[in-house]
Amino acid sequence: MGVEGIGQSVVRKEDKRFITGKGKYTDDIKLQGLTQAHFVRSPHAHARIKSIDTSAAKAMPGVVAVLTGSELVGDKIGNLICGWMVHSKDGSPMKMGAFPAMANETVRWVGQAVAVVIAETKNLARDAAEAVVVDYEELQAVVDVREAVKPGAPQLHPEAANNTIYQWSIGDQSATDAAIAGAAHVVTMDIMNNRLVPNPMEPRSAVAQYDSADDHLTLWTTSQNPHVARLLLSAFYNIAPENKLRVIAPDVGGGFGAKIYVYPEEIVCLWAARKIDRPVKWTADRSEAFLTDAHGRDHVSKAELAFDADHKIIGLRVHTYANFGAYMSLFSSSVPTYLYATLLSGQYNIPNIYCEVDGVYTNTVPVDAYRGAGRPEAAFLIERLMETAARQFGMSPADLRRKNFITQFPHQTPVIMTYDTGDFNASLDAAMKAIDYAGFPARKAASAAKGKLRGIGISCYIEACGIAPSKAVGSLGAGVGLWESAEVRVNPVGTVEVLTGSHSHGQGHETTFAQLISTRLGVGIDTVQIIHGDTDKVQFGMGTYGSRSGAVGMSAILKAVEKVEAKARKIAAHLMEAAEGDIVIEGGEVKVAGTDKKMPWALVALAAYTGHNLPDGMEPGLKEGAFYDPTNFTFPAGSYIAEVEIDPDTGKTTVCNFTAADDFGNLMNPMIVEGQVHGGIAQGIGQALLEGTVYTGDGQLLTASYMDYAMPRADDLPSFDIHHTCTPCPGNPLGIKGCGEAGAIGSPPAIINAITDALGHNHIEMPATPDRVWHAIHSRMAAE
Amino acid sequence: MYSTSYHKAASVAEAESLLAGASDGKYLAGGQTLIPTMKQRLAAPTDLVDLTKIPGLAGVEVSGNTVKIGAATRHYDVASSASVKSAIPALAALASGIGDPAVRYQGTIGGSLANNDPSADYPAAVLALGATIHTNKRAISADDYFQGMFTTALEDSEIITAVSFPVPAKAAYVKFPNPASRYALAGVFVAKLADGSVRVAVTGVGESGVFRASAIEAALAANWSADSAGSIAISPEGVLSDIHGSADYRANLVSVLAKRAVAAAG
Repeated sequence: MGVEGIGQSVVRKEDKRFITGKGKYTDDIKLQGLTQAHFVRSPHAHARIKSIDTSAAKAMPGVVAVLTGSELVGDKIGNLICGWMVHSKDGSPMKMGAFPAMANETVRWVGQAVAVVIAETKNLARDAAEAVVVDYEELQAVVDVREAVKPGAPQLHPEAANNTIYQWSIGDQSATDAAIAGAAHVVTMDIMNNRLVPNPMEPRSAVAQYDSADDHLTLWTTSQNPHVARLLLSAFYNIAPENKLRVIAPDVGGGFGAKIYVYPEEIVCLWAARKIDRPVKWTADRSEAFLTDAHGRDHVSKAELAFDADHKIIGLRVHTYANFGAYMSLFSSSVPTYLYATLLSGQYNIPNIYCEVDGVYTNTVPVDAYRGAGRPEAAFLIERLMETAARQFGMSPADLRRKNFITQFPHQTPVIMTYDTGDFNASLDAAMKAIDYAGFPARKAASAAKGKLRGIGISCYIEACGIAPSKAVGSLGAGVGLWESAEVRVNPVGTVEVLTGSHSHGQGHETTFAQLISTRLGVGIDTVQIIHGDTDKVQFGMGTYGSRSGAVGMSAILKAVEKVEAKARKIAAHLMEAAEGDIVIEGGEVKVAGTDKKMPWALVALAAYTGHNLPDGMEPGLKEGAFYDPTNFTFPAGSYIAEVEIDPDTGKTTVCNFTAADDFGNLMNPMIVEGQVHGGIAQGIGQALLEGTVYTGDGQLLTASYMDYAMPRADDLPSFDIHHTCTPCPGNPLGIKGCGEAGAIGSPPAIINAITDALGHNHIEMPATPDRVWHAIHSRMAAE
Repeated sequence: MYSTSYHKAASVAEAESLLAGASDGKYLAGGQTLIPTMKQRLAAPTDLVDLTKIPGLAGVEVSGNTVKIGAATRHYDVASSASVKSAIPALAALASGIGDPAVRYQGTIGGSLANNDPSADYPAAVLALGATIHTNKRAISADDYFQGMFTTALEDSEIITAVSFPVPAKAAYVKFPNPASRYALAGVFVAKLADGSVRVAVTGVGESGVFRASAIEAALAANWSADSAGSIAISPEGVLSDIHGSADYRANLVSVLAKRAVAAAG
C-alpha cells in the first residue's frame, strides 16, 4: 500500500469520470416536471425602477410564472448578508446597503436581477424575459473608487455616505509615522491591483425541488460550501428551516472563490420552486458569469516603505481603496482587511506597519474572495516595493530581501499574524539556483543581441491559509467558525467511507483523502470512498476555500481515523488476547507487535459489526466522527522568479522561464500539489499580463466575453519549473500548510518585477498588455 | 438563439430561391460569426440557407498562375492544401492561423469575405494579392469588393462562388493577434506580384476595414526590403482604437509587421 499513501503522487481517482464525460454536475440534474428560469437583468449600472410590467411575458407560450423583487419582499425572503463584521477605525460598524435577491427599487450594476421568468424550456423563458417591460429612470453611475469617494459623486446606498462602507485601520499609526519621518530612505509607490473575473470552467447553476407533501426543499448548486449555503438560506434568507432543506453540491467544475457565496439566483430558484410547486433550474451562460460571479481584487493603494541607513526596513504605511462593487458580497468585508493587511509584513521583519483601508461601493459587479483573496494584493504591494527599493539603492533585489528576512520563529508581526515556521532563505536559494540567477546577465546579453529586452524579477510571498482558528476569526468579526468535520465509517468488510465537510471542486480530495486512510489503515485507496457536498450525508462542514481542505479538512479526518484505530485496537486486542498497546495496524493487517499473531483488517471490522465477541461494554460498529479546529493559520511561503523577454517593437512580453520554490510543509500528493501550483501561476500570469476588466464610465462591462477578456492559454505560458522546500507546519498533525492559492499570490509581482527590470522603467499597470508595454518603452525613449 | 429554419441548399440557384422565399433569411457559410451572434440573440434570421453543402462550391484548383478556391472551402482545407502551399505558401499559412482548430474546421473563405470583419485575416490576402471574387452574378476585383467595415460590394442575395488568386512572386502575412480573441490586432500582407507590382494590405487597423498601405507599397516598389517597409511611419489617423490597442500602437504595428512580412517573404 506504500505507493498509495500520503507523500506519493497517486493518480487522481476522480479523473476517470471527469475525462470520460461521466461527471455529474448541477446542470446534469434532470427532474420530472423541471422548469427553467431566466433572469431579467438590468441594462443600466444605476437606475430607479419606476415600474415592471410582466403581463405580456406571463401571456407568452410556456410561461409558468414571472416573479419580481416586490414579491420576494411580500414573501419575506431576506436580503443577502455579509457574514464578516468589520468596524471602522472610529468604532462604527460597516455601512451595509440592502442587497435584495431581485432589485425592487433601484438597480446598482449592469446585470443585477430584477425579475425572473420561469417557463417550460430555457428558450421560452428567455423569449418571455424579453417581454418583461421595466421602466427605468437612469441615474449617474460611478465605477472607480477614487471617483466614488469624491464629494458630489453618485451615491449608491443611503446607509453609506460617500459610498464608504468602512474606513478600517490596522497597526500603530503614530509609531509608523514616526519611523517614516525619521527614515534614511522612503520608497513611495502608487499601486493598483486589477479587477479580475474568476471564470471557473463550469458556470454557476442551481436546481431547486420542492416536496409539498413533506414541505421539504432540495437545492443542487455549484457551491464550494453547501453547509454554509444551507445555514444562510435557513437562518437569513427565510427559505426553510435546516431540517427542511437539503443542499447538494455535486461535481463542481472549479470555483476559485466565486462559488463560496450564496447568490441571488439560488435564493430565487428555491423560493420559486415552492411557489409554483415544480422544480426550477437555472444555469448561467458565460455572459451571465461575467456579469454576476463575484469579481476579485480591484485595489488602489498608496504605499510607503521606510528603511534605515543600513537598508533595514523600519516602517510600512499603506492606504488602500478597495472596490466592493454595488453590494457587499458574503465575505467581501474580510478580504481587503483581515485577509490583506495582516499579510503586509510579507517575509520581512517590519517593526512598524500601519494600513488604512477604505471599502467603497461602485456601480460594478460585487467583489469578493478570488484565489488568494487579499493575499495576492498584499504580496504584490510589498514585493513591488522591495524590488523598487533595491533598484533605488542599487542593491541586488535578493540581497535586500535577505537582509530583511524573518529568520526566527515564531514571529509576531505588527499586524496580528504569528508566523509559526518557515525558511525564507532556503526557498530563495532554491529558486535562484534553479533559474541560474547568476547566469542571467549572459542571457540578457544574448537577448539584447537579438534586439530583445530581457528582465528578471523576484517575488518572495507569504500567505495565510486554513483561515482559522474559529476563536481567532470570531474575534475578528467572522460570523462562522472555521473548523472542519469528518466522519470515518468502516464497513463490515473493512472498506471505508469518509464523510468530509470539505468540498472538492477540482482539488482531488477523493484521491488525497483516500491516501490518508490508506496510510493509516493500510487499505487500498480503491476501498476508500470520499463523500462530500451533501448536507443529508455529511452533518456539517465549512467547505473549501483558503487552501484549508488539507490543513483543516484532512486533520479532521485524521482525528476521526485515530478514533477508529483506537477502537479497532481494542477489538483486536480482545480477539487476539493481547495488550492493546501492542496492536499495530499496517499493510491491511492488525498485528500483535513482537509476535506472529495477526488478523486481516476486514475481520476486525466484521467483528465490530457482528458484535459476537467484543470487549465488555463496547458498542458495536466501527464509525467515528471528529471536529478539528486548528490552533493558528498556516503560512505557506516561497520564492518565485520570472524571466521575461520583451519585443520592443510590439511590446509583447514572453515569459521565458518561471521558477517556483514553495514551502507548503508536508506534501500529501506531490503531483496534485504541482498541478495546483501550475494552475495558480497560470492565473497569476493571467492577472499580470492578460486579464483586464474594463468598465466604461457609465458602468457597462466592456470585457464581458472571451473576445475581450483575455484568459491565459497554454501558449501564453512557459513550462514551469517547480521546486519545494519544507518546514512542516507545527499547527496541524499532518504538517500541511496548503498549496491552492500560492501560485496566484506569488506570480504577479515576479512577472511585473521582471518586466520593469527589462524596461528599466519602474511603472507599469497590470495587465501589462503589449500596448501598455510598448507605450512604456516609447515614452521612455521619447523622454530620453 | 431564436428559433430559425435551416435549409441545406443543393445548388447556388436553389440557395437564391430559398433566400428569396424567406421573410428574413441569411446565407450560412460556416457560421463562425453568425451562429455566435444568433446565440446572443443579436441576430435573428428566420431562415438559414446553408451554402457549404452545395456540390462544387468547395475545393482548390490551380491552373497556370491562378489559384482558385471555392467559396465553401474551409480554412483547414486551404491551410492543408498541397497546391496552395506550393503556389502561395503565404495564403496557406494565413489560413492555418485563423481562429482555432474548431473555427478552421467550420469557417469558409467565402463566409469570411462576405462578412468582411475589420480584423479578419482573409481580406488582407485577397486585397494584397489583387484577387478576384467570383459570384453567381459577376466577378469583382478585390479593390472594388471591400467597401468598409462589414461592408462589401455584394448585393443582398449575391453568393460568392470562388476566389481567384494570382500566384505572386513573393508574399507573406504576419499578424499580431489580439490577446483575447486572437483576431488580428494588426495584420499585414505584403505581395510582390508576377508583374513586379507591390501590394500591401492591412487588416485589424483601419476604421473602414482592410486597406492598402500605399506609402509602404511605394517604398517597397522603389526598394523591396524589410527596412524600406519598416521605415514608413503610419499615421494613427483613421486607425481603430479600443481597449486592446490604441491607434498609435496599432499604427506602429503596421510598420513593424510590414517589415517582418517583407523579411519573411524574402
